[in-house]
Amino acid sequence: MSDPFVSRGFVGRPHADGNQSGRTPPGQYLTNSFPVLSAGPTPQVPLDSWEFTIEGLVKAPARWSWQEFTALPSRDWTVDISCVTKWTKLDMRWHGVSLDDLLAAVEIDPRARFATAHSYGGYTTNLPITDLINNQAFVAWQYDGAPLEPAHGGPARLVVPHLYFWKSAKWVRGLRLMEEDEPGFWESLGYHNRGDPWREERYSGD
Amino acid sequence: MAEPLAWQIATVRAIRAETPTVSSFTLELPAWRPHRAGQHYDVRLTAGDGYHAQRSYSIASPPSREGEVDLTIERIADGEVSPYFHDVVEVGDRVEVRGPIGGYFVWEPGLGGPLLLIAGGSGVVPLMAILRERAANGARPSTALLYSSRTFDEVIYREELDALAKRDRELHLLNTLTREQPAGWTGYTRRIDRPMLSDAVGAAGKQPLVYICGPTLLVEAAANGLVELGVPASQVRTERFGPTS
Repeated sequence: MSDPFVSRGFVGRPHADGNQSGRTPPGQYLTNSFPVLSAGPTPQVPLDSWEFTIEGLVKAPARWSWQEFTALPSRDWTVDISCVTKWTKLDMRWHGVSLDDLLAAVEIDPRARFATAHSYGGYTTNLPITDLINNQAFVAWQYDGAPLEPAHGGPARLVVPHLYFWKSAKWVRGLRLMEEDEPGFWESLGYHNRGDPWREERYSGD
Repeated sequence: MAEPLAWQIATVRAIRAETPTVSSFTLELPAWRPHRAGQHYDVRLTAGDGYHAQRSYSIASPPSREGEVDLTIERIADGEVSPYFHDVVEVGDRVEVRGPIGGYFVWEPGLGGPLLLIAGGSGVVPLMAILRERAANGARPSTALLYSSRTFDEVIYREELDALAKRDRELHLLNTLTREQPAGWTGYTRRIDRPMLSDAVGAAGKQPLVYICGPTLLVEAAANGLVELGVPASQVRTERFGPTS
């Protein structure tokens, strides 16, 4: 084996984050800002026509209006988020409903193993159902104590903190449960199918 | 299918100052692959103790240039990777990279036009790759570049853009300087707004393909403004960034 490559004269930023560094996945840097990344214009979704649905391999689809959805049992979530564009932000404070509570409203066909989250504006992302359950994922409508801004995915956004942030579909409108996995928007464009930041699953083949 | 995008050791062949805080780095790649205009490379720096830092930088050069790419990098004062490029890297140094990456914010001649390109600051870099590819190619769809900079000296690729526009009647440059303008400035003097977007659509032509890259607020204003002007959202591709340090 050849010696590992070292960048001449590179020492890195003073490791000022101290014991926080154990919370920063490989290749990520900590930020205090909340960058916005989207592939297209921000959809404007009026609350009186907003809805969230769960359909596909379920006995009967579920559908909530904004009023019904925000009346569901909800709680605060404080989580670390990593974006594939290399930033990680610690202790982001959200408020929303657990996917466990949403999925409890439908009777899931035992063949269902994957989900596609789909959004106002047409965005999609795919996840195994095992990444959505056991309080690993939630749909948030507040960030840092205020209504979630449209640029950050409001009215409501799926949040799956243990995967890169593109899996946390902005402007989420519903889930479709399926037997087969179906790549979503970025997953069809060269990004990793699962996107675990701790395994640095950024791009297809990583 | 899922072939890994491997890291490779590029060699810096040239460094060119574009503005006081922006430089272009020509990287020779042992495993060069043709990119599409608009794509980026990931750069990975490794310290002696094994510490890594990674960032993404847009490719400025057209895919028609084989064996190497230009990355144009803005120096972010409190950054970690961009100051290394500006303060440490010299011609002959080796840099670890992988790419090309990105499959949506891309243009190739087959997509045609008209094209409306909107940039803020160093957001012009991937759009320059599009303009260079367009210039290198026979077909030249009607194109407008609406480009917002703070001051005249901060306009990246200024001379090349002027030269391109001078010999190409189908290329329209609309510049705005938001902070300070030199004497005799005839361009816009304000942030991108609705009348400016309307002018830009008029200069580009009907139903343009739109590519917007820049800071979040600029991209939000431009993308939302265009949708309100009747440009279909599906025609608008955006790339947003906070500062990439």
